[in-house]
Amino acid sequence: MRHLLSAGDLDLPEACLILDTAAQLASVTDRSVKKLPTLRGRTVVNLFFEDSTRTRISFEIAAKRLSADVINFAAKGSSVSKGESLKDTALTLEAMGADAVVIRHSASGAPHRLATAGWIQGSVVNAGDGTHEHPTQALLDAFTLRHHLRAGTGDLAGLRVAIVGDILHSRVARSNVLLLRTLGAQVTVIAPPTLLPYGVNDWPCAVSYDLDDVLPHADAVMMLRVQTERMQAAYFPSVNEYSRRYGLDMRRLNLLPPTAIVLHPGPMNRGMEISADVADSSRAVMVEQVANGVSIRMAVLYLLLGGMADEDRRDQ
Amino acid sequence: MDSGSTDPTRSVVLDAGDIGRAIRRIAHEIVERNKGAADLILLGIPTRGVFLANRVAAAIAQIDGDGVAVGALDITLYRDDLRLRPARPLESTAIPAGGIDDKVVVLVDDVLFSGRTVRAALDALNDIGRPRGVQLAALVDRGHRQLPIRADFVGKNLPTALAEQVRVRLIELDDIDEVTIEGGAG
Amino acid sequence: MTNKSTVLRGVRPYGADPVDIIVRAGVIAEIVKAGTGSGQVVEADDLIALPGFVDLHTHLREPGREDAETIDTGSRAAALGGFTAVFAMANTSPVADTAGVVEQVWHLGQATGLVDVYPVGAVTVGLGGEQLAELGAMATSPAQVRVFSDDGKCVHDAAIMRRALEYVKAFDGVIAQHAQEPRLTVDAQMNEGLLSGQLGLTGWPGVAEESIVARDVLLAEHVDSRLHVCHVSTAGSVEVIRWAKSRGIKVTAEVTPHHLLLTEDLVATYDPVYKVNPPLRTSADIAALRAALADGTIDAIATDHAPHPHEDKDCEWAAAAFGMLGLQTAFSIAMLTMVNSGLLDWHTLADRLSVRPARIGHANGHGQDLLVGAPANIAVVDPSASWVVEPATFASKSRNSPYAGMTLPGRVVHVLKAGKASVLGGDLTC
Repeated sequence: MRHLLSAGDLDLPEACLILDTAAQLASVTDRSVKKLPTLRGRTVVNLFFEDSTRTRISFEIAAKRLSADVINFAAKGSSVSKGESLKDTALTLEAMGADAVVIRHSASGAPHRLATAGWIQGSVVNAGDGTHEHPTQALLDAFTLRHHLRAGTGDLAGLRVAIVGDILHSRVARSNVLLLRTLGAQVTVIAPPTLLPYGVNDWPCAVSYDLDDVLPHADAVMMLRVQTERMQAAYFPSVNEYSRRYGLDMRRLNLLPPTAIVLHPGPMNRGMEISADVADSSRAVMVEQVANGVSIRMAVLYLLLGGMADEDRRDQ
Repeated sequence: MDSGSTDPTRSVVLDAGDIGRAIRRIAHEIVERNKGAADLILLGIPTRGVFLANRVAAAIAQIDGDGVAVGALDITLYRDDLRLRPARPLESTAIPAGGIDDKVVVLVDDVLFSGRTVRAALDALNDIGRPRGVQLAALVDRGHRQLPIRADFVGKNLPTALAEQVRVRLIELDDIDEVTIEGGAG
Repeated sequence: MTNKSTVLRGVRPYGADPVDIIVRAGVIAEIVKAGTGSGQVVEADDLIALPGFVDLHTHLREPGREDAETIDTGSRAAALGGFTAVFAMANTSPVADTAGVVEQVWHLGQATGLVDVYPVGAVTVGLGGEQLAELGAMATSPAQVRVFSDDGKCVHDAAIMRRALEYVKAFDGVIAQHAQEPRLTVDAQMNEGLLSGQLGLTGWPGVAEESIVARDVLLAEHVDSRLHVCHVSTAGSVEVIRWAKSRGIKVTAEVTPHHLLLTEDLVATYDPVYKVNPPLRTSADIAALRAALADGTIDAIATDHAPHPHEDKDCEWAAAAFGMLGLQTAFSIAMLTMVNSGLLDWHTLADRLSVRPARIGHANGHGQDLLVGAPANIAVVDPSASWVVEPATFASKSRNSPYAGMTLPGRVVHVLKAGKASVLGGDLTC
């Protein structure tokens, strides 16, 4: 593995290797010395063109627990409206000797460009690009599902997962559909037709407009954040109508099988896609998702940087 | 995969019976040195060290009825040669409940060679807790140490040439118990 | 000089038997048996003569973006591509929406002299879509503008479009529409389909083109005026145009070389060299466009040559500019997609690359059959040659060719413009 750009690039053994590695690394969090020497002398750059304190901190903790040097490069606010700044920034990072660049960008495909345009040599980790993908989020969701519903090992064959909300604009949904499919789960995406991408019927998942129909047969339900500005663009008539038709409240929670869990990638709009009592219920695993995110990102960084550098591998 | 059976330089240095006797002797020595099995933790180093640790623990339980805590300690993340190979999959680490603080940890490995694995294990232990003491058991000591490390309990000292390969096979993984020397000058 | 003869020796007009074409005083003076003509000989054994190509749709960027292209460099690229006339789109800076700007473009083109540069006038002031530009002043200027377009933007207001279509009837002008419903294409990045959903790039649905084409052909019918549809990109638009032509509506249409060859699948690389407007579509669209060009529903191949400096393409997809180079590869792509596939022969290819576009744009003197007395605007091509596209060697100032590294068939060898050689042996004469 040289880069992590898309959850779709992972085959089943690779996906399981990341999850298994994360499972081993999770124990570090419980130790008094929460640090491993593995990536000593390696430099990881968090290159964030979009604000995301949560994801950036998660990657930062992951890199630091592996003893990598971490540089946070927040490009937001600087002159990033012109495209060449991605290239110039990349060239700067290359000159500084970055071994890995963790990139968050509002433009779909920006991590692909960074990885393939020849600007840098190091590994590229996609930390969310536009409305394209967010592969480490999908991995941490899969890790959480596996922990709760599959005793922490193996794949997710047969697991029924409902993903609800703004599928059209959600990179989390795209990565999850691809990864969960690879892991053998049966995914259903649920949204008003305006918030489903064109061609969704050819995606490797089922599609429904009716949340109440799907919930009784779901082992897990993943609620996506819905941004209120979508209302202005006429994707749905009002917050209230959206919430009534697609929000997860206590009534709907009780439609789920008793062992089913509720996930949300955060940050939540309480009262919009998820009611406050559901968010605070014992079925909701959002806090675990955050903790698992650190383990997954440690695993990804270890697998990308923990061996010989790519150029050495070619020499052999 | 296993070309050993056709390798003319291959010779069996320990068979199943030898391995069983070596494990029982190591178990006796551990109990004798530590005056019983209380406060002892056996930590096998994956992969085969874990199976050996379990066998030694079973042998100790026959000697000292209370038995002994046993676990696994993966040292991959502490290796000093990570950059010489592609990233390796991690093996399992399982520390017995109660941790290692103030316990005597006996590290169990199959072959003691350069000493670098044990060095990594000592580093790993350091991050997990503060044992009262650390001892080392190895089924085979083949010499050629690169660090000032020695084993407290050895199944068999095996003089080897650097070019030779010592292979430990255990029933749990390899369907046979044996130790062989392969390759070398021939 | 005007009495000197140039002889294209052994050339095959439209691929027919070899002859000598003797050019004198800017016209085809004689066509005689191969090997018998006298004058300054240009060897053209086994090469094919076609009327010089006419491009209804180029962006020469001057005035305003001379870092991307100039009328001079664009003319050079055009000549090397076999063109003798090009129509320069109005979206310059300042916009070509006044007689002054179109006159300047016209004069710069004449000064270069390699091709006739016909300025396209903007339909609305500043391409703003709200107020008609002074179409009449541009028409009566020395540039004699007959093609008007807000290309790059759609004349989306139906009332403005109606008035423009009506107004240009006074001087037999034509409105060349960039058909793109703006509200359906906000932030659009690529063809809307399964792939856009997977790549997370905002879709540019075919219906955003087709709905405007449908509206405009009905308007053209209603006011009995001439409509030209720029860069048709979808099978649906083809159907609408076919229907309109069957009703006798005065609509013409063009297709770009890239829409005849490249599909949206290339976007999966996120390499902005494939970012173009309208976007690359599907193989089904390509099949429909080729068939429409073959049966004449689509009248012309037009390049939409859109030079961009390196920095506008060497970036992430969303930040990149739309557009591709086309002038120096158009003939090869046309040959590859239409001639080699058997859909067009050399006669009908000449019709789509020269005759019809000249007629649509009133490029007088261009697009005439290779007959004695016709103006000597001639492209001589080698159909058996093949070449590897190296954008670094292009005459264009920009390098954004989607064909870089591809091996293409056919090569432009000689070009005569008004009897004078602009290209000889594949090189510019000046």
